[in-house]
Amino acid sequence: MSMWNPRFERMPAIDLDRLQYRLAKTLAYRLYAFSPIYHARMREAGVHPDDIRSLADVKKLPFMYKRDLRDTYPDGLFTVPREELVRYHVSSGTTGKPTVVGYTERDLDLWTESLARALTSVGLSRGDVIQVSYGYGLFTGGLGLHYGAERIGATVLPTSVGNTERQVELMQDLGATAIACTPSYLLHIGEVAEKMGINLGRDTGLRTGILGAEPWSEQMRRHIQEWLGIRAFDIYGTSEISGPMFTECAEQHGIHIWRDIALIEVIDPESGEPLPPGERGELVFTMLQKEALPMCRYRIGDIAAILDEDCPCGRPHPRIERITGRVDDMLIIRGINVFPSQIEHALLELPEVGEHFQIVVDRKGALDDMLVRVEVKREAFSDKIADLMHIQRRVAHRLKNTLNVAVDVELVEPGSLPRFEGKSKRVIDKRVL
Amino acid sequence: MAADDYIIRQISVFSENRPGRLAAIAHALEEECVNIFAFSIAEASGFGVVRALVDHPDRAYERLTSEGFNVAFTDVIAVRMRDEPGGLFEIANLLGEAGVNIEYSYAYSGLDGGVLILRVDRPEDAIAAIRGAGKELIASSAFA
Repeated sequence: MSMWNPRFERMPAIDLDRLQYRLAKTLAYRLYAFSPIYHARMREAGVHPDDIRSLADVKKLPFMYKRDLRDTYPDGLFTVPREELVRYHVSSGTTGKPTVVGYTERDLDLWTESLARALTSVGLSRGDVIQVSYGYGLFTGGLGLHYGAERIGATVLPTSVGNTERQVELMQDLGATAIACTPSYLLHIGEVAEKMGINLGRDTGLRTGILGAEPWSEQMRRHIQEWLGIRAFDIYGTSEISGPMFTECAEQHGIHIWRDIALIEVIDPESGEPLPPGERGELVFTMLQKEALPMCRYRIGDIAAILDEDCPCGRPHPRIERITGRVDDMLIIRGINVFPSQIEHALLELPEVGEHFQIVVDRKGALDDMLVRVEVKREAFSDKIADLMHIQRRVAHRLKNTLNVAVDVELVEPGSLPRFEGKSKRVIDKRVL
Repeated sequence: MAADDYIIRQISVFSENRPGRLAAIAHALEEECVNIFAFSIAEASGFGVVRALVDHPDRAYERLTSEGFNVAFTDVIAVRMRDEPGGLFEIANLLGEAGVNIEYSYAYSGLDGGVLILRVDRPEDAIAAIRGAGKELIASSAFA
């Protein structure tokens, strides 16, 4: 199995421990010296960089939050002079003010290095044609994958998002072997291709998908792999940690987080206490080498677990399971936490309905009311009202079992729910709080 | 004529329960020059099923499917009935006595009498009972 950077990818765990400790301590000093906000937070917590005497001591350091980036908009957390920055990216700000991230030349290099390792680990190399159908521009996805793919010597087809028919034509004409995009956009591309009489698996050279930037599920992977005849890999990252930078390896079981680049923890989002491997909680990232915008114990807001066992691929770098939700996407329905991803998982097990859905939350009197719209599949359609009502009840029953909260289900016509190019927005919350 | 000749292919279309859906279906059929002999709408919570007997079911099926509709064919039978009091009773009673269950039904009343369209659980038995009683079934060829 080929590795991009065997020195780090195969580094023995004990050496990685030492390296992480050294890098984390340097990071603590850096923040103490150059970040007024984090300096104040360390003092408040009664921690000095000198107190970091082992890798375990990193847990003494205070957390950083998404709101820190917003509160110090645009660049209050940066620790290098402006001239050192070679690039900005800006997050879309769907949940509030946009957040600005900045990169030194070394930051970009390390981000690209991380992706070069990741892309190599899924089997891509020089000779591949990688279609980058993530948005180019302020979003990190397009440019991130672009440079990662170039680094390994692959040919980049920078289609960005949109103009889907053209994407399909170029994929065919230029022989794309891999595509990087959101899973929902790949489904859309697949549907558009089918309307053009093209099956991606049969009629193109596509065999690898690097899919992320939104939560998806194992069932969705199976569906994509069977339908489109490709291998689909999960990719992870957010702009605060640089951008998309970690993927699954060829095993397709968990996303490797390079220990020389990031130190990860999983905590209980309520108490902030660390959780043991295998238990699901909020991911916390300490980016060990970032210069422009150091992130220390950053509460990224995504829910996942660290996989306990060693990966058969032989890389002693921890893996996180697929992201199962966002701490802040969480809907609270009648006091119960509901993640849209749970609905997606449940629907994928019901062959009568499609994978697209829409959630409408409203308030009836004092009670929250949740409606889930799903598309009836053609194969499941019968002329009998009783059969359709049976499907409706079955979906409602399954969702109630999964979510522990009763939901109304509305059956809609196939293709009628919005398909998203980019991050899925599937929740309409009409509650006035 | 064989019993099969009386089995008529009805098209059934899944429709959301909101303004404009029936118009969309009707417009598609108009553009395909498909004529509707009879139709009905069955309604449930949030959705409905539009059922229709048309002169070109395959053309209707293809067009509606290409527009994204869920369409299915369903076998029904059509019986001519007297357009006067007791006409419906005659047919319904006939089927009841033959132990045939009517799943749903709709009717139209034309110049040459009424026609009852029936979806039943055992179409062969229904056809035999109706013909045995000397009532007139309409052959599927009459709709083409």
